[in-house]
Amino acid sequence: MNAPTLPKLDPKDFKSDVKPIWCPGCGDFGVLAALTRASAQVGRPPEEIAVVSGIGCSSRLPAYTSAYGFHGVHGRALPFAIGLKSARPDIEVIAVGGDGDGYSIGGNHFLHACRRNVDLVYIVMDNHVYGMTKGQPSPTTEPDWICNIAPAGTGLHPLNPMTLAVAAGANFIARGFTGDPNGLARLIVEAIAWPGFAFIEVLSPCVTFRPEQKDWKHAVHAGPAEPLSDRARAAAVLLSDDGFGTGIFFKGERSRAHPLPAASRTMDDIERRFAL
Amino acid sequence: MSRSTVAIALAGSGGAGVMTIGSMLLEAAARSGYYGLFSRLSGPQVRGGEAAALLRIGTVAVESQPDYYDALVAIDWGHVERFATEIPLQATSLIVGDPRMGEPPEAMLASGATLWKLPFSEQAATVRGGRPNMVALGVVSALLGLDPDELERVVVAKIGAKGEAIIEASRAALRAGRSLPLPDGGALALASPADPKPRWLISGNEAAAVGALRGGIRFVAGYPITPATEVVEWLAPVLPELGGTLLQAEDELAAVGMAVGASYGGVPAMTVTSGPGLSLMVETLGLAIAAEMPLVLIDVMRGGPSTGIPTKSEQSDLNLAIYGTHGDAPRLVLAPVSIADTLATTQWSVELAEALQVPAIVLSDQGMGQTRSVIDAPALHDSPDSRLRAGPLEPDSYRRYAITDSGISPMTAPGDAHGQWIGDGLTHNERGTPSSAAKDHHAQLAKRLRKLESHDFGARWAEVEGDGEVAVITWGSTVGPTREAIARLVASGHRLRHVAIRLLAPLQREALAAALRGVRRVIVVEVNQAGQLAQYLRATGAIPVPVESHARPGPLPLRPRELVETLSRWCSQ
Ligand SMILES: Cc1ncc(C[n+]2csc(CCOP(=O)(O)OP(=O)(O)O)c2C)c(N)n1
Ligand code: SF4
Repeated sequence: MNAPTLPKLDPKDFKSDVKPIWCPGCGDFGVLAALTRASAQVGRPPEEIAVVSGIGCSSRLPAYTSAYGFHGVHGRALPFAIGLKSARPDIEVIAVGGDGDGYSIGGNHFLHACRRNVDLVYIVMDNHVYGMTKGQPSPTTEPDWICNIAPAGTGLHPLNPMTLAVAAGANFIARGFTGDPNGLARLIVEAIAWPGFAFIEVLSPCVTFRPEQKDWKHAVHAGPAEPLSDRARAAAVLLSDDGFGTGIFFKGERSRAHPLPAASRTMDDIERRFAL
Repeated sequence: MSRSTVAIALAGSGGAGVMTIGSMLLEAAARSGYYGLFSRLSGPQVRGGEAAALLRIGTVAVESQPDYYDALVAIDWGHVERFATEIPLQATSLIVGDPRMGEPPEAMLASGATLWKLPFSEQAATVRGGRPNMVALGVVSALLGLDPDELERVVVAKIGAKGEAIIEASRAALRAGRSLPLPDGGALALASPADPKPRWLISGNEAAAVGALRGGIRFVAGYPITPATEVVEWLAPVLPELGGTLLQAEDELAAVGMAVGASYGGVPAMTVTSGPGLSLMVETLGLAIAAEMPLVLIDVMRGGPSTGIPTKSEQSDLNLAIYGTHGDAPRLVLAPVSIADTLATTQWSVELAEALQVPAIVLSDQGMGQTRSVIDAPALHDSPDSRLRAGPLEPDSYRRYAITDSGISPMTAPGDAHGQWIGDGLTHNERGTPSSAAKDHHAQLAKRLRKLESHDFGARWAEVEGDGEVAVITWGSTVGPTREAIARLVASGHRLRHVAIRLLAPLQREALAAALRGVRRVIVVEVNQAGQLAQYLRATGAIPVPVESHARPGPLPLRPRELVETLSRWCSQ
C-alpha cells in the first residue's frame, strides 16, 4: 500500500450535525466513523466527495456526512453513482447501502456496476437482514433464520456477493468489519486509491433484529495476507471462505478509467448532415 | 392536372429493396425543392418479411399521413395484403405491379383502384445486374415528373461506395424504368415546387436528439426500446464529440437513475424510452420531482398497454406522463406539434427542466419519431445555462430547498465549496434534512407546485390558429392531420379554431380559456381509447363549454378525412 498522505483534514470535518436515526450499537456507526477517517486521510475536502445511497437504515448515512450526497430510491444507489461519476470524474464518488438494497432490489445494478468498472467505491453494510422494515430476510440471510415472514426459515441459499463481484468484473474486493473502524478506514482509503469499481462488503451488525450478530467480533479474523490478482484463484478462495475473513481479497487491473473527452466538434458541424 | 401532394406506397418482400428506393425518392424530391414524409412499414418479423415505404411528397410542408395513397407500387406481392389497412386506396388510386409476380391481393383490389401491369423484373433483366426495384424507382419518378438528373445524382451518391459496376447497373435500370410507357402518363405529376428555401431531411427522433443537444444536454443514459432506440444510437457517437457522455444502462431503472446522478453533478441530463420503460422509471421520476432535479425524459410512444404494438404509434401514455408516480408530484409534460417542432420543443424542455429544477417529459410517438421529413432549415441557437446556480457561499449558510417566492432555490453542484446538500426523496426541510413535520411537508409541496404554476411560459404553450366557434384541441401527432382537415374545411367556407397544445403540464388554464373565448363547441382529437387529453381538460375545468372527445386507439395514424366529415357537420349545426 502507498503511504497515506499526511492528514491535513480531521475526521470531524466530514461529519454533519444531523443526528443518526440508528439504534444505539448499530454497526453502521462504525462505517460512518471509518468513512470520515478515511476521507480525512485521503485529503480531499468534503465538497469534492459525494456519498450516495438507496433506502434502508444503512442508506441514511450520506446525511450524516458533510460531503455532497444523495439518498435516493431503494436499490438504485449504483446507477446514480455511475451517472454522477461519469458526468463528473473529478468528484470522489462513494456509494453506500444495505444488503437488501444492494443485493436484492438493486442486485442487477450490482452485477452491472462490477462489469462497468467505473472508478468509484461501493460499501455494503451487510447485516443479513432488512433492518428498516423491521426484520425480514435478505439475500445474505442464513436459510434457517426464523422470522415473522419466514417462520420456518427461507431455506434459500445465501448469496455470496464477493464471489459474484469477482466473477462480474469488480476491480477491488475487500471485506471489513464495523468493530474495527480503523481497519475499515484503511480498506476505504485503498479502495479510493485503486482504479475502477471497488467493492467493500462490511459486516455491520443489526443489534436490534439480529442481536446474535454482536458475536461477530469473535468470529472475524484476518483474511488473505496479500490480495490476489487472478480472478479464478480469488473466486476459489472466496467460495470456500467462511464469510468472516477481513482484508483485501482481490485487486485487478491498474488502468485508469477514461477521462471525459474534450469537445472536438460544434453543433453546426454535426447538424450539417441534415441539410439538403 | 398537376397536384400539390402525391402519396406513394412502395411495397415488396424483405430484400426487394423498397426502403432503399423510398429514401432515394424522398431525397431526390427534396433536392428538387419538394417537401415530404417517409415512413417505413414492416411485418412482425425481426428481419426480412414484407416491407413498405410510405411516401407523401408535396409542394408545401407535409405534416400528415394521406387520406389515401395515389399509387401502390409493388415489386412483388409477398405478404403485402397485411398492409391493406395501412395503405388505404380508393377508386382513383393506381396499383402498379409486375404481372410475373402474380396478382395483387384482393383486399387491395377491392378499393376499385386501377391496376397497371408493368414488367419490372423483365425490364430489369435487360440490364446487366439490373434490379427490379430500380426499374420501379424509374417508373415512379416518371409518374411524378421528377427531374431525372437529380434522381440519378441521389442514386449515385447513395450507392457510390458499392462501385462503378453497380452504379452503372442502377442507372441503366432506372432509365429502363423511365422508358416504360405509362398507360396514363403524367397522371400523378407534381406541380412545380415553390422557390426552395434551405431545408433539412430529418426524423423526429433525430430532431429530438438535436434539440436536446442544443438545449445543453451533455449526459444521456438509455436502454434499448423500439421506437426510441434511434435517439440514443444517434447520440452515441455525437455526445463524446461534444465533451459529453452516453451510457447504455442495464435497464430503465438504471437509465433514469444515471441521468439523475449526472444532473446532480451539474450536467444537464436526459433519458429516452418508450411506454414500458417509462413505466419502470416512475419511481425515480418521483424522486427527481421531490429532490428537485432537472431531468429530461423523452417518451417515444407506441401502442400499449404492456408490450402493446412496439412498432406502431399511439398517444396513450399521456396519463402516465401527467400522473405517473405516487404522491402529489407536479412535473412538466410537453409534446411537439410536428416533426419539425420536435427539435424546438425538446430544446425548450431542457431549458424549462433546468430552470424549474424538475423533470420534463417529452411525448413524441412512433409516427413522429421514425418518420423522415423534409422541413425548413430550423433557426438554431445554443440555449444559455438556465439552472439557477448559487454563487460563492459562506460556511453553513446554504439551504438547498430555501422557500422562495418563485419556488426556485439556487442549486450547487459537487465541487462548490460550502454548497453541500443531500438530495433526498424523503420529505425534507429547507436544508434538505429529512423531516416528517406537517409544516415542512406543506411548505415543500407548495414550493414545488408554485414554481410550475407561477412560471411565465409565454406564448409557446400552444399553437392557436383560426377563429371559428367550433374549436379543435389536439396534441402531438394529431396536430398535422387536424391542420390539414381544418384547411380543407376553411377552403370550403367553414370557420374553425385549432388549439395545438405543446405544454400539457402544467396546463395553462387561463391562456387556454382565453384562446377558447367565444367558442360554442370544443372537440379534443387524439389517438388513444379513453380520450386521455379530453378527460384531463374536463378535470381541470379550464374549458368554458362541455369537452367532447374524438378519440380512437392506434395503431393506424389519424388521417384528415376521419375529421372532415365530423367537423363539417358540427360547423353547420
Ligand atoms: C420500492 C421499495 N420497496 C420497498 C421499500 C421498503 N424498504 C425500505 S428499506 C428496505 C430494506 C432495507 O434493508 P437493507 O438494504 O438491508 O438495509 P438495512 O435497513 O438493513 O440497513 C425495504 C424493503 C422501499 N422503500 N421501496
Ligand atoms: S434496525 Fe438494525 S440496522 Fe437498523 S439502525 Fe437498528 S440496529 Fe441498525
